[in-house]
Amino acid sequence: MSEPILRIEGLDAHYGDFQAIYGIDMSVAEGEVLAIIGANGAGKTTAMRSIAGLMQNGADQIRYRGEAIGALRADQVAERGIALVPEGRQLFPSLSVEENLIIGGQVGRDGPWSLKTVFELFPILEERRNQASTSLSGGQQQMVAIGRALMANPDLILFDEISLGLAPVIIKDIYQALPGIVRGGMSAVIVEQDITKALSVSSRVYCLQEGRVSLEGASAAVSRKDIARAYFGVE
Amino acid sequence: MSAKASQVTRTTNAARAAAVLGVIALVILIAAPWWAGRADMRLMSELFLYMALASLWNLMAGYAGLVSVGQQAYVGFGGYMLFALTIFAGLHPVFAIAAAAVLGAAISVPVAALIFRLRGAYFAIGTWVIAEVFRLGFAQVSALGGGSGSSLPVGIVKSLAASRSGRESLSYWLALGAALLVVVVIYGFLRSRKGLALTAIRDNELAAGSLGIDVWRTKFLVYVVVSALTAMIGALIFLQKLRISPDAAFSVNDWTAFVIFIVVIGGIGTIEGPIIGTLIFFLLRETLADLGTIYLMVLGLVAIVVMLKAPKGVWGFVRERFDVQLFPLGYRVVQVDGDKGA
Amino acid sequence: MIMEWANAIVQGTLLGGLYALFAAGLSLIFGVMRLVNIAHGDLIVLAAYLGLTTAIVLGVHPLAALLIVVPAMAAIGYALQRGVLNQTLGDDILPPLLVTFGLSVIIQNALLEVYSADPQKMDAGALETASISVGGLALGVLPLLTFAVAVAIIATLQWTFYRTALGRAFRAVSDNQDIAQLMGLNRRHVFGLAMALSLAVTAVAGILLGVRTSFDPSIGGGRLIFGFEAVIIGGLGNLWGTLAGGVILGVAQTVGAKINPGWQILAGHIAFLLILAVRPNGLFPRISG
Repeated sequence: MSEPILRIEGLDAHYGDFQAIYGIDMSVAEGEVLAIIGANGAGKTTAMRSIAGLMQNGADQIRYRGEAIGALRADQVAERGIALVPEGRQLFPSLSVEENLIIGGQVGRDGPWSLKTVFELFPILEERRNQASTSLSGGQQQMVAIGRALMANPDLILFDEISLGLAPVIIKDIYQALPGIVRGGMSAVIVEQDITKALSVSSRVYCLQEGRVSLEGASAAVSRKDIARAYFGVE
Repeated sequence: MSAKASQVTRTTNAARAAAVLGVIALVILIAAPWWAGRADMRLMSELFLYMALASLWNLMAGYAGLVSVGQQAYVGFGGYMLFALTIFAGLHPVFAIAAAAVLGAAISVPVAALIFRLRGAYFAIGTWVIAEVFRLGFAQVSALGGGSGSSLPVGIVKSLAASRSGRESLSYWLALGAALLVVVVIYGFLRSRKGLALTAIRDNELAAGSLGIDVWRTKFLVYVVVSALTAMIGALIFLQKLRISPDAAFSVNDWTAFVIFIVVIGGIGTIEGPIIGTLIFFLLRETLADLGTIYLMVLGLVAIVVMLKAPKGVWGFVRERFDVQLFPLGYRVVQVDGDKGA
Repeated sequence: MIMEWANAIVQGTLLGGLYALFAAGLSLIFGVMRLVNIAHGDLIVLAAYLGLTTAIVLGVHPLAALLIVVPAMAAIGYALQRGVLNQTLGDDILPPLLVTFGLSVIIQNALLEVYSADPQKMDAGALETASISVGGLALGVLPLLTFAVAVAIIATLQWTFYRTALGRAFRAVSDNQDIAQLMGLNRRHVFGLAMALSLAVTAVAGILLGVRTSFDPSIGGGRLIFGFEAVIIGGLGNLWGTLAGGVILGVAQTVGAKINPGWQILAGHIAFLLILAVRPNGLFPRISG
């Protein structure tokens, strides 16, 4: 197996005095779709925030293409080709739909994604391009959030709970778009509450429990029973 | 774990020692007219009045989250009330000082109703506008000397006491008494239920509101009390100076900038901070005042550095190192059998 | 008689342009980073002194000095933000307030030390006295120019804010600092740029002030207050509102002075307090404080 694009070793993360993650190890291979599952408060979002640079960690705890990035700021991480679709979408309310997308491309990396290709992926956004981002439905806002991350042409994209709070039919649409998104060798990490969904789109899965990795394996191979144990820590 | 008796207490050994030392110091200070020189007494009076102003500003900014850069409004107002009430109403100066406090409270009510509409930093500048309105307003009153100001008539000065040394002693004791009153009022206030509410608001305004604390009313009360006492101190300041003018009475440098620096350097949000800050301020002033504008720049620089590097000031630093509190506000658990806890 | 009142109102409107310039920089940085800069007025006065020095040393017209003072003030702004003010930003309002207050005292006393307390004035030659006659009113060319500059600067700021990549970055950082950082925007740098732009506007305001009237190191506080009043009257976060606020303040002052010369400044403050009493969010609010 070649050197992974992202390697996490002994990652700790704290909010003040509260420790959210205890020494987790994880790796993402080039072109792989990885899923992270776990109960609320297990540390999934914290792990994503750590990778994206929104939380400061030990430099060596996170390596991207061999480079220690754990202590970098989020903008420096973004420049290196990692993009995060944050939990709860978090669009910029003062920016129009199109401006939200354009600002996603601020880092100026070359690649297949542009306003044109994002509009091809989500045609509804082109119709709404000049509207305030707050005027869109939840599903459309999620499309903007995904498009915004794609505009950076990242090599590794992180999805944090992209189905949270959306209607099932919308979730289905968004997950249908996913294979089109991760084509062309882009690697992805998906944090997802819906375990079936997570397993169906990913090749490997990690389960976090109270800040520690409780299960790791090929998505097709892990059993329901293993997951139940890893999820809740009970038989 | 062995059964150790423990009890909840508010007082500490340091506080008890400080109280004893405080009483001794107070007796010595009260006796100052018999041991101190004229210039020393003037300096100490000024120090007491600054200590009071700093403690009052600290109650607003450090506890109630009301950062004002316009306290000169009430200092000047109090000063002018002293002059107006003694000259036009024939009040004895001591009564005029008390009346200045009452009037200060009265005028602060409509002022608060207006400027409490401004939030955070804009509230601060709003207080400055009020001070400017007061300054420009009193400059229009020709009976009080208009823009050039006036002096306290000799007759009124003499009504304080017949002899010069008697007047000086009285004005010294008034300043000492006022500073003591202010510190005691603040200490009592912070230990009361209202004070507890105030601490809750400072720690988390939203949470305090959800606990049923009326945040607006609590802040309003603090503002009115502080305004009243600041006006009283203002009256005392101009009783010392015997001369008043709009620019001196409503000086942002003298009555706000220095006061802010004192509190920031001493330690904002503590009762001890303003007291220590005042001592440091006078120490610096007596040694560096010859430098004039450079002194002010140094003061500003020190305040910025303290704010950035040690935001709890000198007293915060001392408290963290040695865990002492001279004016205990919180409760602590102590074990009464003498064993040190883990 | 009517002409005299009309004249007061027109002069006040033009004066309002200057106040809008005092206010624009204040409004800009509040919009981007919720910072209220107490030293803003002293920075206006600093710009006036820099203009004076430039004009004298190089022997150029004060308006030509803008070519040096504008970039100089922008550089000071960027350095100030990155070096000092970025460290004060957070949920607590005390640090930015007290640090900028300290800066205000430092700038004021540094100016006293260098330039003394004597009032100074910039010599703009014929421009100072030139006037044109419109419908029986004599309008000074300098006040007209000041007003036109104010309108142009506010239009430019508005365009920058809503039509350029820089403005997009300002709005994104203002909305959500963390997410903006994810977009590759370093908020510390963006804040530095906002302060640079703010002080570039301040430079123009300072020089126009110094050409119009005499100035000394102590007047900064008053200029801060005028700018602040214009911002609040107009409504937070609305640049055109700020211009309207400046005009209302200017007219209140000239009309007040018309009634009694001693009431000029007082009338402006009272107009501000009246509007605060009736419309606490200003006349045209856009963001809540």
